[in-house]
Amino acid sequence: MTSLRITIDPVACDAYGYCAELLPEAIVLDEWGYPMVNGQPLPAELAAAAKRAARDCPTRAITLREKKAGPRPARVSVAPRADLRRSGR
Amino acid sequence: MTHSASQAPPHGALHRLLGHPTDLAGHIETHGPLQVASRGEASWRAALMTSLEASGLAGRGGGGFPSSIKLGVVGAAGAGGTIVINGMESEPASDKDKLLLLRAPHLVLDGAQYLAAVCRASRIVMCIPAGRDTVAVAVRHAITERRTARYARVAEEMVRPPDGFVSGEESALVNFIERGLSLPVFRPDKGSPLRIGRRAALVHNTETLAHIALIARHGHEPFRARGMAEEPGTCLVTIGGAVARPGVVEVDRGVPLCDIVALGTPVDSPQAYLVGGYGGTWVAPPHFATPYASMSLRTIGATAGVGVIVVLGPAACGVAESARITRYLAGQSAGQCGPCVYGLPAVADDLALLARGSADGGLMARLHRRLGEIRGRGACRHPDGAVNLVASALNVFAADVDAHLAGTPCARSHAPTSLRFPQAVAI
Ligand SMILES: Cc1cc2nc3c(=O)[nH]c(=O)nc-3n(C[C@H](O)[C@H](O)[C@H](O)COP(=O)(O)O)c2cc1C
Ligand code: SF4
Repeated sequence: MTSLRITIDPVACDAYGYCAELLPEAIVLDEWGYPMVNGQPLPAELAAAAKRAARDCPTRAITLREKKAGPRPARVSVAPRADLRRSGR
Repeated sequence: MTHSASQAPPHGALHRLLGHPTDLAGHIETHGPLQVASRGEASWRAALMTSLEASGLAGRGGGGFPSSIKLGVVGAAGAGGTIVINGMESEPASDKDKLLLLRAPHLVLDGAQYLAAVCRASRIVMCIPAGRDTVAVAVRHAITERRTARYARVAEEMVRPPDGFVSGEESALVNFIERGLSLPVFRPDKGSPLRIGRRAALVHNTETLAHIALIARHGHEPFRARGMAEEPGTCLVTIGGAVARPGVVEVDRGVPLCDIVALGTPVDSPQAYLVGGYGGTWVAPPHFATPYASMSLRTIGATAGVGVIVVLGPAACGVAESARITRYLAGQSAGQCGPCVYGLPAVADDLALLARGSADGGLMARLHRRLGEIRGRGACRHPDGAVNLVASALNVFAADVDAHLAGTPCARSHAPTSLRFPQAVAI
């Protein structure tokens, strides 16, 4: 059994907030617009939305990790959407 | 008995770490030469690893992480790495690293040499903040002595990152050494080692390294003979605040907090202790006899943190002092993460309102919500320290908080601060 876990890189995050729109079940914004993840493993039916949120983040601040029994979670690769990538990042 | 930089160690006091000759000749006379097997042969390396593991030594830089586990991770990452000596002592209330580097620089550097031999590192980098020149001169002198005498096996150098609360964080040090940027790095996988280039970096506090130098030479038994079975060894603690004799003491891990404070001679009966530095926790009088050990402190919701105990005297206001610390910590953010950049000043603002007795009706609910939301959301643990401090203040000074909320703050809240800050802090 694997499940996805969302990690947000707070250094990269610039509070665009798209993730909370795409995945309101797991991500809410704080009063300054920065995402808060509930830390629970993601239900399987939300995996597709989570991948979209990760791909659409303009600063690529979201990482999805597969939570397995082992100690090292594997990174799930998500192809970046070129139209949303900002130059210089 | 407390030590200050100008005093000789007192007779009869515990001085395993501080009572050493400062020069290389005296150091060698006391301890013998650096006993590093040639090319760090495998059996010697394994024996030292075993000894460190048996010692149960935990890091003295604030995190309290077992040193042998860190060494295992870095050792497994292959040869050619860097041992980073964290001599930043960014905590304003702490003096122990400065004193240790002035008194026993060779013990600290030896600890790094032993670790370099175990994990076949090829470089040792000592970090001393810019502006702290007395310490830097002593360290430079020690490094030169060791090079001239061909004593150092692995090359030792010193770098000077900017002075700031967060620049002592380990990933910020590694970032500074590699790229000249004193900023923490987000590391989702804390189980893998820090890296400089493609090689692993092992960051240790100066005191941890001094213990390692003694364990490597004399074995783990003398170390374990002190302190508690679960948390062995001695440790350095800076005592400050409302005491007649502030300074650094070496004590057994597990000694009651009040016995440590007694060494600094409190000037009046204390209201509270601040344990673990400005990112630590307040401890109330009913808990003054709690053993100075992580486990025991956890049971009362406190943390050992950095080796610091600040005594809050009866004439001070815990709410106002906490507001100043929070303001200071908020100003020290490295400015990278939203919850830290916006969250800490917001919390500091509310504490300042509370301290002045001008809280609005929603203040407490807002404060508690923000504390919960900020925790754990920075790339480094800087915001977590500030959150711990504030949460403990609301708890320990609950009666004062109520008075301040009612718009009747104590007269003590107008007293000037009894704490030490690198620059003036206004609330
Ligand atoms: C904001 C922040 C500041 C820190 N400053 C220092 C420091 O000045 N000196 C230090 O030894 N550790 C400091 N640390 C802890 C280091 O990141 C690291 O855990 C420590 O140097 C590891 O050494 P140890 O294993 O010997 O304890 C700081 C941590 C944080 C989060
Ligand atoms: S949590 Fe604060 S201090 Fe730490 S990296 Fe982020 S902004 Fe900088």
